[in-house]
Amino acid sequence: MRSLDRLRQSYDDDSQVVIQDKRSPPRMLFSDSEVLLEEIPVGTRVIFPNPPIAPLTNYRAAIRWAINHPEGCDPLHAQLKPGMKLLIAIDDISLPLPPMRTPDVRQLMLEIILQLCADSGVDDIQLCIANALHRRMTEAEMKRMVGEKIFNAYYPDNYFNHDAEEPGGITELGVTEKGERVRVNRRAVEADLVIYLNVNFVPMDGGHKSVGTGLTDYLGLRAHHNPGAIRGSKSYMEPRHSKLHESVDRIGKMIDEHCNVFHIETALNNQMFDGPLGFLGKREEDFSDLDRVGLEALRWTLKKTPRALRQQIFNRVPAAYGLIAVHAGRTEPTHEKILEACRRQSFISVKGQADILICGIPYISPYNVGAVLNPLLVQVMAQGYFFNMTRGIPLVKKGGTLIITHPCMDEFDPVQHPSYIEFFHRLLPETRDAMELHRKYEKEFAQNPSYVHLYRKGNAYHGAHPFYMWYWGENGRQHIGQVIAVGTENTHVPALLGWERADTLAEAIDMARGKQGRSAEISLMHHPPMVMTDVTLTAEEEKKQLAQSASATPAQAKP
Amino acid sequence: MTQPTTHAAATTPPALQQWERAAFFDVDGTLVSTNVVHAYAHYVFNRGTIFGTALRVMQGLAMAPAWAATNALNRKLFNELFYRSYAGLSQDRLIELADELSEKVFIPAVYPGALDIISEARRAGCKIILCTGAIDITMRPLAKHLGADDLIANSLQFVEGFATGKVVPPIVEGAHKARRIRDYCIENKLRLDLSHAYSDSLSDYPMLAVVGRPCAVNPDRALRSHALAYEWPILDLR
Repeated sequence: MRSLDRLRQSYDDDSQVVIQDKRSPPRMLFSDSEVLLEEIPVGTRVIFPNPPIAPLTNYRAAIRWAINHPEGCDPLHAQLKPGMKLLIAIDDISLPLPPMRTPDVRQLMLEIILQLCADSGVDDIQLCIANALHRRMTEAEMKRMVGEKIFNAYYPDNYFNHDAEEPGGITELGVTEKGERVRVNRRAVEADLVIYLNVNFVPMDGGHKSVGTGLTDYLGLRAHHNPGAIRGSKSYMEPRHSKLHESVDRIGKMIDEHCNVFHIETALNNQMFDGPLGFLGKREEDFSDLDRVGLEALRWTLKKTPRALRQQIFNRVPAAYGLIAVHAGRTEPTHEKILEACRRQSFISVKGQADILICGIPYISPYNVGAVLNPLLVQVMAQGYFFNMTRGIPLVKKGGTLIITHPCMDEFDPVQHPSYIEFFHRLLPETRDAMELHRKYEKEFAQNPSYVHLYRKGNAYHGAHPFYMWYWGENGRQHIGQVIAVGTENTHVPALLGWERADTLAEAIDMARGKQGRSAEISLMHHPPMVMTDVTLTAEEEKKQLAQSASATPAQAKP
Repeated sequence: MTQPTTHAAATTPPALQQWERAAFFDVDGTLVSTNVVHAYAHYVFNRGTIFGTALRVMQGLAMAPAWAATNALNRKLFNELFYRSYAGLSQDRLIELADELSEKVFIPAVYPGALDIISEARRAGCKIILCTGAIDITMRPLAKHLGADDLIANSLQFVEGFATGKVVPPIVEGAHKARRIRDYCIENKLRLDLSHAYSDSLSDYPMLAVVGRPCAVNPDRALRSHALAYEWPILDLR
C-alpha cells in the first residue's frame, strides 16, 4: 500500500514529475559520453525537464523590437553618435551547451547592431569576448560564433578575447562599501558605450554578472569567487538567495555609474536534441518503436567507439536551441525580464525533498567545450551544478545521498586544463577543505607564470579556475552526507574527491539505503536537457528544519 | 688566470628586493632560436683576418661530425669538445664582440613569447635567472636585454688573456645545471619547491626535476612526451 505522501506525489500537479511504478520503463542516464539504461526502484520520483517553450517566430524582429523598446533607457539608435567609441562585449562559448546551431543568437544580435552602427556613422567598434578567466576561444570558435562576414571584418584587431592578465588592460573603478574591488577591462571604461550581448541559459548568468564578471580579472573575481561567498549562497540559480549575486550586484552598480552599458539579454529554450537524436529529449514512456531502435543503435555504437571519438560525435551535433525571449536596456530591469523567461523554461515544482538523489553526468560542462570532462569538472557537475539546480531548497535532504553515474576517468586536457592537473594531483591529496585551499594555494596558482602564459597565449583556463571549480561544489559538500559514483573505472579519483564508488546503480542504491534507511525517498533528475527544481517542503520537513535551526542557534551564538 | 665560475650578475637586482622564489630559464631553444654554434660562428666570421677566419671555418667543418655525434650522445662531452674550438681567442675580443653578437644574432632570434613569460614570472614575484650552457661573456648582453636578474653560465678558462679551450668546471649542463640551481637557491635563500624552471630539451630534465614548478617550453619530442607523462605544463613561445 502506498504511503499518503507517495499517493500525493502520484497526483502531483506538475506532470513533469513521474513516480516510477512496476510498468515504468528503465531510465536513460548519461555516464560521460555513454547512455545507460537503468532499472530504478519502484516509487522513485523521476523529474523531467519542461518541454521546450515554442521559440519566437522571427528572431531578428524580436531583437530589433527589444533594442528599440529598451528597459529604462533610450533606444539604442538614439544612443549611437558618429565618431563615438563602442565596445561590444559578448558571452563566451561556455554557454549554451552544447553550442547551438548556426547562426548563433550572438551573430544575429551582432548583425543587427553593426548595421545600426553603420547607419549611425559609428565605426570605432571593438568586439570583445567576455571570457573572464575562462580559456580564450579559438579562431574557429570565434568565427563560428559571429559568422564569417563579421569575423573577416573585425578579426583579429577588433575582435578578440578579453585578457585578464594584460599589463595595463584592467582599470580599477573603485571599491564598494563591502570592500570589493571593482576592476573592468580598460576598453570598456574608455568606450562611450558598452553593448553587452548575453545568452542566458540558466538564471545564474546575465545581469550585473555580465560585465562585472566577464570583463574583470583575478583581483576583481576574488570578491565573490571564494568559499565564503559560496557558502553564503543558498542558491546560485536564484539571485536573491545568493551572496555571490549580492556581491556581483554591488560591483555591477558601481560599473553602471562609470560606464554606459546597454544590455541585450536573450533566453533560450531547452531543445537540446532533435532529428535522429530527438529521442534523448523524450520520456521513455513516450518512445516510439523507432526511438527504441535508435536508442539501442546509439548505445551499441557508443559502446564500440573509443571515448575520444564518442565525444567528437556528440560535439558534432549542435543543439537546436530556440530563442524564447529577448530584452534590452539597463541592467536590472532587462535582466529581471529574462529571468522570468528562464524560470518558465527551467523550473519544475517539486513537493518535498529526497533522501537519495540520482543524476547522470553527461560529457559536457560549461568548462570543457572540446575537451574531456576531467574529475574536477565531474565534481562541479555533481556537487556544483546538479545539486544547486534549485531555487534555494535543495532537492536532497541535509545529509542525504547523491548518486552519480560517470566513469571518473583520470584524464585531463593539458591544453585547456593544465592547472587543474596540479590542483587535482598535488593539492587534493593534501586537503579537500575549500577554505584552506583558498588561503594556502589560490594566489600561488593564480600567479604561476606558466599558467598565466597559457591563459594569455594558449587556450587554457586561468590558474585560479580549478579553485573556483572546487568552491562551486562547496555547498554540495557541506550539505550532502554521501556521494556514490557508479561505474568508475578507478578507485583513486572518487577517493580523492571524497566519494564512494559502486559498480552498478543497484549496488549504489543499496549502499545509499544502508545509510538513509530502507524507506528512503529516491528522486532522479532526468538530464539532459537541464532540469531545475523549485522545492517546497512538506509540513513534516518544515517542522524538522525549524527544530534543526532552533537547536543550531545557541551553538552559533557562541564566540 | 681564470675567471670565477660562479654565476655572473647580469644586472643588479633591485635594492632590498627580497625574493622567495626564482624562475630559471634555459636559453638556447627556450628563449631564443639560436644555439652555441651561432655564437661561435659569429666570432669566427669576425676574426679580423681572412686567414684566421678561413682556418677556423675549416677547423669547424672538420669537427662538425664529431660535434653532432657528441651532441646526440653526451651533452657534457659535446660542451667540452665544442669549447675547445675557442682556444686561442682573446678575452678582450670576446668581450668586445659580445654586444654586437647579442644585437645581431641573439636579439633577433628571441622568441615572440619570451619577453611575455619573463614579465609574467616577474609579476609573480620570481627572480629571473638564465641558466645556460653557453658562455657567460656572450650571454651577459642578452641577459640584460631580457631583464634577467642573474646568469648561471659556463665560463671559459683564460691564460694571459687568451682562452685555453677549457671550461671552468663544473660545466653547466645536465645534472650540473640542477646542482647549480640547488646551490644558487641555498645561497640566495630561495625556495626551490616554489621555483620554476623552463627548458626545451630533455637534456635539461635534471634542471626541470629539481624545482617544484617545471615547465617544458617549445619541447622536442622526447621532452614533450616526458612533460605529458609527468603532467608538466607545456608552453610554446615561438
